[in-house]
Amino acid sequence: MTRLSKRSFVQLAGWGSLAALALLAGCSKEEKTTTTTAPAGTTTTTTTAAAPAPAASGPLKIAFAYVGPVGDGGWTFAHDNARKEVEKEFGSKVQTSFVEKVPEAADAERVFRDMASQGNKLIFGTTFGYMEPMLKVAADLKDVKFEHATGYKQADNMRTYDSRTYEGAYMAGVIAGGMTKTNTLGVVGSVPIPEVVRNINSFTLGAQSVNPKVKTKVVWVNEWFNPPKETEAAQSLINGGADVLMQNTDSSAVLQTAGKAGKYAFGWDSDMKAYSPDAHLASAIINWAPYYKKATQEALDGTWKGGGHTWWGVKEGAIDIVSISDKVPADVKAKVEAAKAGLKDGSFVIWKGPITSNDGKEVLAAGTNADDKFLGGINFFVKGVEGKVPGADKK
Amino acid sequence: MEQIALLVAATLNSGTVLAFAALGLLINERAGIVNLGAEGMMLVAAIAGFATAVHTGNDWIAFAAGGVAGAVLAAAFGVLVIWLNTNQYATGLALSLFGAGFSAFVGIGYTQEKLGEHRAFEIPGLADLPFVGPALFRQHPMVYLAIALTIAIAWFLYRSRAGLVLRAIGESPESAHALGYPVRRIRLLAVMFGGAMCGVAGAYISVVYTHLWVEGMTAGKGWIALALTTFATWRPARVLLGAYLFGGVTMLQLQLQGEGVQLSSQFLTMLPYLATILVLVLISRNASFIRVNMPASIGKPFFPG
Repeated sequence: MTRLSKRSFVQLAGWGSLAALALLAGCSKEEKTTTTTAPAGTTTTTTTAAAPAPAASGPLKIAFAYVGPVGDGGWTFAHDNARKEVEKEFGSKVQTSFVEKVPEAADAERVFRDMASQGNKLIFGTTFGYMEPMLKVAADLKDVKFEHATGYKQADNMRTYDSRTYEGAYMAGVIAGGMTKTNTLGVVGSVPIPEVVRNINSFTLGAQSVNPKVKTKVVWVNEWFNPPKETEAAQSLINGGADVLMQNTDSSAVLQTAGKAGKYAFGWDSDMKAYSPDAHLASAIINWAPYYKKATQEALDGTWKGGGHTWWGVKEGAIDIVSISDKVPADVKAKVEAAKAGLKDGSFVIWKGPITSNDGKEVLAAGTNADDKFLGGINFFVKGVEGKVPGADKK
Repeated sequence: MEQIALLVAATLNSGTVLAFAALGLLINERAGIVNLGAEGMMLVAAIAGFATAVHTGNDWIAFAAGGVAGAVLAAAFGVLVIWLNTNQYATGLALSLFGAGFSAFVGIGYTQEKLGEHRAFEIPGLADLPFVGPALFRQHPMVYLAIALTIAIAWFLYRSRAGLVLRAIGESPESAHALGYPVRRIRLLAVMFGGAMCGVAGAYISVVYTHLWVEGMTAGKGWIALALTTFATWRPARVLLGAYLFGGVTMLQLQLQGEGVQLSSQFLTMLPYLATILVLVLISRNASFIRVNMPASIGKPFFPG
């Protein structure tokens, strides 16, 4: 009996490790894309540590690590579109590759080292969770330039960048405020971090700018990606009377649910119009291309410098609202365009006092503009949003 | 009042996915086989169903395609564990991982696809009744089919000869074998039925519930269904109850959040799991009841002769 159970244990362990291997193999599925002019076969250098630096005359090799699949239609899709634009812009001067579905943990470190050993000199990590692994690799590989999206830690050869997604949320809010009949908006929140709370607030501020009676209901799913749960959350908001929905999650499920129920919603991160044309009011998109082009240019010119944080918005062409539906009345559309123009030339500021939180405290005095530090630490809801930011009372 | 009706409606809809998958798994577990590949089968069926729906525009053909996809995967699993006697748990896990990867691979071209606009379903006459109309009678036909399936499975297990044989095999495959029943073939059929039901559930998620395909979209529903069969002590009615309970608490907590209830959302997210486990453990806490209902040979390999 003991022999038998021992044997089945060994068998189990064998299968388990096989399964783990399969998982690892699945994660590190690399897809190489090379520019047409690049000589074939140069991408797959399999030398391990300390690969010799490629000749100075060769193209600049750039690698991207994505947290999701490029086909997610949202966050990662937007990053990959920007990568393609870099290829188009620089042609044979660069050679890009990407690894998708890199988990936000120790595995990321291995992927970064792998990328560097293959001769990539500029590496982009496109999710917050890559911060520590990237920092560790950057400390070891001084001749590689690292770019980290949405983080806050830098090094001599590592810098951070982000997009002002809340500007897109505000413009979507203007449309929502003009379209709602029940004066109730709904937001499906992902994870209650300042970035998301800021988006919910900005969405509400946008709506209030055209319709002061608007209130916003928020439901958190505590995940970035879980389509069935996003559907359920959207449904519960609709049940609660919301007729225009917004989401900070990564799939198009909320938009589709709104479509099924005959309500309205927005696309987020990427243009999602095609998913549900009737329900789609507009898409708040991120365009990473301007920043990726700038970083590439600097790396090519030798002017790239580590440290520092870049936070771009409408002004730099990083944020936009696109595919505005014909159902949106012209006067509302004009207000969106006005806000966009104002953000572009700097004459309009979204976070400008007086702003009060939903428990009645004045958080921003009249006449003051919020600085980036204030924006980075928002953990309250503005007036008009119902409920409380989870975990905000315990500091 | 209207809110409550909508909550009931959403609960039934949300519980249906779990009910189908868990009822299917109940059958193969009753025959003594645990298939941890539920999540993988649901994912493959979700893309199979979605692709079929895109090309044919017919939901019912899509469900059938999902069912077939699930059954085919389950058959492969069945051959491995029943004839080659590989470890059921490890093989099931491998199937889950395989299904996740395979569905992502074949689904690449479908992430941007969309299905036609959805028809609303209602039962004429009953749908217009106050309260019960919107609560009960405006559902997708699959919601009612889940209830019918529960009754059919309960009847099959406890009232039919074939069900008795199935349970006997789950209790003691050696005895059933000695009596001349084709234990392996019956187990394979049970596993395939479980796969088919998981497949129907997976197709329901992509085709009706979320109306889209993205990889990994079932997001753990298969694992919940697996847990549900165990906590419901392999009784069909309890499986259905557990499915609705889980769906109900999920919808309720989301609704509470929307109403601005001052409870941390992380706590609320935990509630469906907690409530389902608590209730099912409480109603099944009788040790002898568990012993009576738990298939004695579950998870164990069977060597005939």
